[in-house]
Amino acid sequence: MTTGALRPAADVRVMDGNKAAAWAVLLCRPDLLASYPISPQTPLLEQLYKFRAEGRLDAETVEVEGENSALSAAVGAVTAGGRAFTATSSMGLMFMYDAYLYASGQRVPVVMSVATREQCAPHTVSSGQQDIMMVKEGGWVQLVAESCQEILDSILVAYRLAEDPNVQLPVNVCYDGYYLSHLSEPVGVPTQEAVDRFLAAVGVGKRPVLSTEAPLSFGAFVLGELYAEYRYKHCQAMQRALDLAESLDGEFQAAFGRAWGGSIEAYRTEDAEVLLVGTGSACGTLKVAIDHLRQEGVRAGLARIRMFRPFPRRRLAELMRGRRAVGVLDRSVCFGWNSGHLYVDVRATAADLEARMPLVNFIGGLAGADIRREMLEDAVRTTVARGRGEPGPEVVWLGLE
Amino acid sequence: MAETTTFTNATQILEPFRGVKKVTIEEYFTSGHRTCQGCESALVMKLMVKAAGPRTIVLGSTGCMYVANTTYYTTPWVVPWMHTQLGSSGSAALGTAAGLKALMRKGKMKAEPINVIAFCGDGGGADMGIGAISATLTHKEYNSLILLYDNESYANTDIQISGMTPFGAHTTFSPPGRAKRIMHTRWKKNMAGMMAAGHPECRYVATVCASYAVEMMNRVRRALTIGGPTFIHSLDPCPKGWDYDPMLSHELGELAIETGLFPLYEVEDGQVRYYGKTKAIVEGRARKPVREYLLKQGRFAHFTEEDLAYFQRKVDAMWQTWEIPAVVPFKRLDATKSALGAT
Repeated sequence: MTTGALRPAADVRVMDGNKAAAWAVLLCRPDLLASYPISPQTPLLEQLYKFRAEGRLDAETVEVEGENSALSAAVGAVTAGGRAFTATSSMGLMFMYDAYLYASGQRVPVVMSVATREQCAPHTVSSGQQDIMMVKEGGWVQLVAESCQEILDSILVAYRLAEDPNVQLPVNVCYDGYYLSHLSEPVGVPTQEAVDRFLAAVGVGKRPVLSTEAPLSFGAFVLGELYAEYRYKHCQAMQRALDLAESLDGEFQAAFGRAWGGSIEAYRTEDAEVLLVGTGSACGTLKVAIDHLRQEGVRAGLARIRMFRPFPRRRLAELMRGRRAVGVLDRSVCFGWNSGHLYVDVRATAADLEARMPLVNFIGGLAGADIRREMLEDAVRTTVARGRGEPGPEVVWLGLE
Repeated sequence: MAETTTFTNATQILEPFRGVKKVTIEEYFTSGHRTCQGCESALVMKLMVKAAGPRTIVLGSTGCMYVANTTYYTTPWVVPWMHTQLGSSGSAALGTAAGLKALMRKGKMKAEPINVIAFCGDGGGADMGIGAISATLTHKEYNSLILLYDNESYANTDIQISGMTPFGAHTTFSPPGRAKRIMHTRWKKNMAGMMAAGHPECRYVATVCASYAVEMMNRVRRALTIGGPTFIHSLDPCPKGWDYDPMLSHELGELAIETGLFPLYEVEDGQVRYYGKTKAIVEGRARKPVREYLLKQGRFAHFTEEDLAYFQRKVDAMWQTWEIPAVVPFKRLDATKSALGAT
């Protein structure tokens, strides 16, 4: 029951995650590409420049002097009525936080991919998910991919979500730096016609823009009750994005022959006694670990969070209901809670359930450290043991303790 | 379509206003703002967009011309307008201009020249946003004008030192005290000279002052007509930050020019052309002493004769020692002069 499996008829090419993202962007026909290099996303932008040089990408390409300007330029192009794309990672994402909050608060439907990476200090360029966790409350929609195919597909979905008149929010498509950005896999590339059909519901003329024919002021200075209304409507739009992500999954399957599960991919959860929760590429290893342990009779399943923001609270609660224990895999650290970030969300979701269950957090894969199958099998066994009532620390640092 | 290394961008041809009676009557920055009495920057906004006309998009970075001008429901902007962050006037202009270009090329909107103007204060433009402005001034494929309204402090946050605050001025970050009279010892940046000297793709840089409204509007019109990325630096007396009676705004603008402290000039394709009373100074008219300008402002009330003399010497040096007086501060060595055959 593998979701997202390729159809043999698709135009399958071998490419890494950055290239898959570049193909998706090309197919979405953006008007502006705003560029600033940072590892590990840079090969994505480089590929788009090759497309432009070859005459395949019909977009303006602007090289700026920093990430804050990359996003600000994209915001300008989108507010002028265009479709824009930019990409970043790690400190670049932090450097654009000013523009990041502006884009969401002003409801600018820009799409930006994040090849996720650790945050300094200590300095490193290695993989991790700390960067997207640092901006998780920035009011953007955040999609997290597990495979190169899913990166491509998520960018197509991202523009549908972002530009939907009932949503109109910026969207991040996040994928693990190096593990996906630089890992080659077979990727089915849809036809331009199919993508055009999928995106026909959104685009030019569907939202207010900077126009001398019908002048509007964008980004007015707001006080008091009106401000609350802005925030209220932003929250409502986030929830509509969650609903739309679920319904778009079916539409995507009809258009491209692949379904991903909407906000959450439920893997072998039907009869699972314990549930693991994770997001990103490490879930692939986790699935293998679960498959392996199931041969020994361990009934474990996985809820892979595909839409991290807005958080799919109701669906996760349903998947958690009745399990003996829940284990959460994090590739980031939440300093304030002495745990991982995803764990905090899962704990909060557990409060929606009538019955309490043991919860355990596994932190691993920081700065590109290996998360091997055996480590995750141990994590699943630990979760099972907690379900039996065995004591242990709430947060387990893989490979450290 | 074959691409060449020559880029041309169609612009609106905005002929200069030949005198105040020829200025168009329509206003595109109208009622609805709540700037201070005597605010010259508000006048700059009004003149800027009056000069540009209705086929214009204005982008405003954070600062008093954002906060005081664009309260929800009461926008004074008749043309389309968008806020951008404090340091993003340059990049917002770049992205908007590039977006328009792509949309027009693809037939998604009517192809016609639309002016894109981004304004920034001295804090947003000369400090935080200088990198973005500099980057935008290299992008010759896109028409955008960056207008820096310089009221010489972070006026919106209650008058703190910016990189454009003049030597010695009393701000909330440089209050004269008993132990230290001059808290701010740095000479302000030379923004227009810096932008003109360092950006080979920028064809037009000008300085303006709203005390000379028609001249100011004509520089805006020239910038927009030339196209590509352009830059204008406007010196704006600020009653709140400079501490003077609001009725003196116009007069202080004039004095800034007449004392030689703020030169009026334009640099078009590398040619420096002084204009207005600055041109008269270049042609021999005596500069007024800077004390006439300084002592009308409370922010310099703590100046001693020694401070006034220092200030005067610095202004004198701009005119007497700079290779291009009051524009570019380089001085050629005598040996270089003779080697190059210069007089």
